[in-house]
Amino acid sequence: MYLDLGAFGEQAAASYLEKQGYHVLERNFSCRVGEIDIIASLGEIIVFVEVKTRKNLNYGLPCESVTSSKKEHIKKAVRYYALRNNLFQNDFRLDVIEIYIKGEKAYIHHMEDAFR
Amino acid sequence: MALGKGLYAKTMTGSLLGLEGESVVVEADLSPGLPSMTIVGLPDASVREARERIRTAVTNGGFSFPMKRITVNLSPADVKKEGTHFDLPIAICVMAASGAVPAETLKNCGFLGELSLEGNLIAIKGALPLAMGLQKQGIRDLVLPQGNAKEVSVLENLRIYPAGNLSEVEAHLAGTWPIERYLERPRKPTTGKRTDVVDFAAVAGQEGVKRALQIAAAAAHNILMVGPPGAGKTMMAKCLPGILPAMSYQESLEITKIYSIIGEVPEGRGLLWERPFRSPHHSVSAAALVGGGGRPKPGEVSLAHHGVLFLDELPEFRRNALEGLRQPMEDRQVSISRVSSALSFPAKFMLVAAMNPCPCGYLGDALRRCSCTDHQIKQYHSKISGPLLDRIDLCVEILPVGFSDLTGGSQVKPGIKNSEALRKEVEAARSIQIERYTKEGISCNAELSYELIKKYCSLDSAGTELLRTAFEKFGLSARGHQKILKVSRTIADLEGSGSIQSVHVAEALRYRNTLLRR
Repeated sequence: MYLDLGAFGEQAAASYLEKQGYHVLERNFSCRVGEIDIIASLGEIIVFVEVKTRKNLNYGLPCESVTSSKKEHIKKAVRYYALRNNLFQNDFRLDVIEIYIKGEKAYIHHMEDAFR
Repeated sequence: MALGKGLYAKTMTGSLLGLEGESVVVEADLSPGLPSMTIVGLPDASVREARERIRTAVTNGGFSFPMKRITVNLSPADVKKEGTHFDLPIAICVMAASGAVPAETLKNCGFLGELSLEGNLIAIKGALPLAMGLQKQGIRDLVLPQGNAKEVSVLENLRIYPAGNLSEVEAHLAGTWPIERYLERPRKPTTGKRTDVVDFAAVAGQEGVKRALQIAAAAAHNILMVGPPGAGKTMMAKCLPGILPAMSYQESLEITKIYSIIGEVPEGRGLLWERPFRSPHHSVSAAALVGGGGRPKPGEVSLAHHGVLFLDELPEFRRNALEGLRQPMEDRQVSISRVSSALSFPAKFMLVAAMNPCPCGYLGDALRRCSCTDHQIKQYHSKISGPLLDRIDLCVEILPVGFSDLTGGSQVKPGIKNSEALRKEVEAARSIQIERYTKEGISCNAELSYELIKKYCSLDSAGTELLRTAFEKFGLSARGHQKILKVSRTIADLEGSGSIQSVHVAEALRYRNTLLRR
């Protein structure tokens, strides 16, 4: 049905964020220490988003698969991103967007400040 | 390039070191970066866990938790901090740094309190010594949980603001809804009468033992009761709190501090006005009896400070527990040394011990035969060491109650004093002692040192003659001689007599240790 479910979900999340007034800065930022699906800005706050997409709930909710090691990878990547772009004045927020696709519909659940 | 604009706030709280509260400065700094919260300044597990409680309490209180890199420092940073009372000061400090409460209102104000996830304030242990520590640092305003207000209200020159939850504290600091100041003060009860203990008049017979207990109470002498089972040793010991003299304000304060640390000041009570009566079971461990542990806590001897430590079935106690009593009985305090610190708990207690004369209990009984072997009796007595016995001033033998004493009907026999009458005499004797020893730094005869005995316990010629005869006939030791002098002094005080007369010495001689003589 989809060639790449993850890429589809990230696209859906990005357009959702744009609609909510965020400005998407970067997508699929990756470095040696980890990856970040979407980096967006909302005013002075930089928001780092991890997107999880599922077609069924047989293996639990999408957000449940954001494990503590995944969180650590994201945090490291955030630090690297901040360093490379000289972001010393901004506040950071780590969000999770879970997307559940059923038929033609996609259900989006945006968790702000999901972990620290 | 400027590196971040620092958001900063500081406030005051306390930390416990043994019995003493020390003030601690709490600082919070918010800097941009990955949101996180770090607490530095040697917090132990209970303080580090505060992070999670604070975050949820602040959010559930209806405030936003700053999305910043939060660093909290507890200074002085080289002293270990433990306890849950750091929750409120840290939460308030973080809120002040983020601008949720005005930071300048935190000056000269102390905070104590544990937070629930809901944001409610929970009563803490050790509020009284902590508040005293803050007061020493010149803190005049204190915000604390409602459950601790009464306990702390004994301190003068301290404005107390009891709060129910975090929002109340915020409204108080912002000035939108100031918390009403706690103005109630604990009042000393007008009478020292105890209604919660059995009256001595209810004890059948045993007038000699009652007299010995009254002498012991009059000067906080240590006393040992030896007698067969069922003679009333335990019952009479339990009557004892009813004849103890009332405590002074200073003594109450000391006791309340100790009970505050272990969190046993009853809710709704200010100062503890009654002398404590502790009767640990004989299976008690040495550390529980004298105090100790990794984080030193006061033991039974400190919980019996200014009161009575009752050890029933003395020989059944563990040897090392009993030997641990020697140092506190001598120094009247317990010194606990750890690698990190050395501290001491006060332990000015009066030891009341009870035991059977032999394992079966009937040695020396007129009617029943003792079934113990010589060896068993020796073994039994050897469980109590000489040095411990040496520190017991009075020893009294209890005989079984006679039938005529038990069948007197309900009316009290003429000439038998009830607890209230006995207590009045004790009270009078104790005030004579306090007055006499004002310059010596002690409060009762039991504390007399060798030099002070020579100074205050001089005998007349008849008394000296009597004591000389007894000394030679009974083979008294030097220490035994001193104990007799101390006890005769107390008996004289009970009679209101300035000098010790031969009758007083004669009575004191009755209470020397005869049974466990070696």
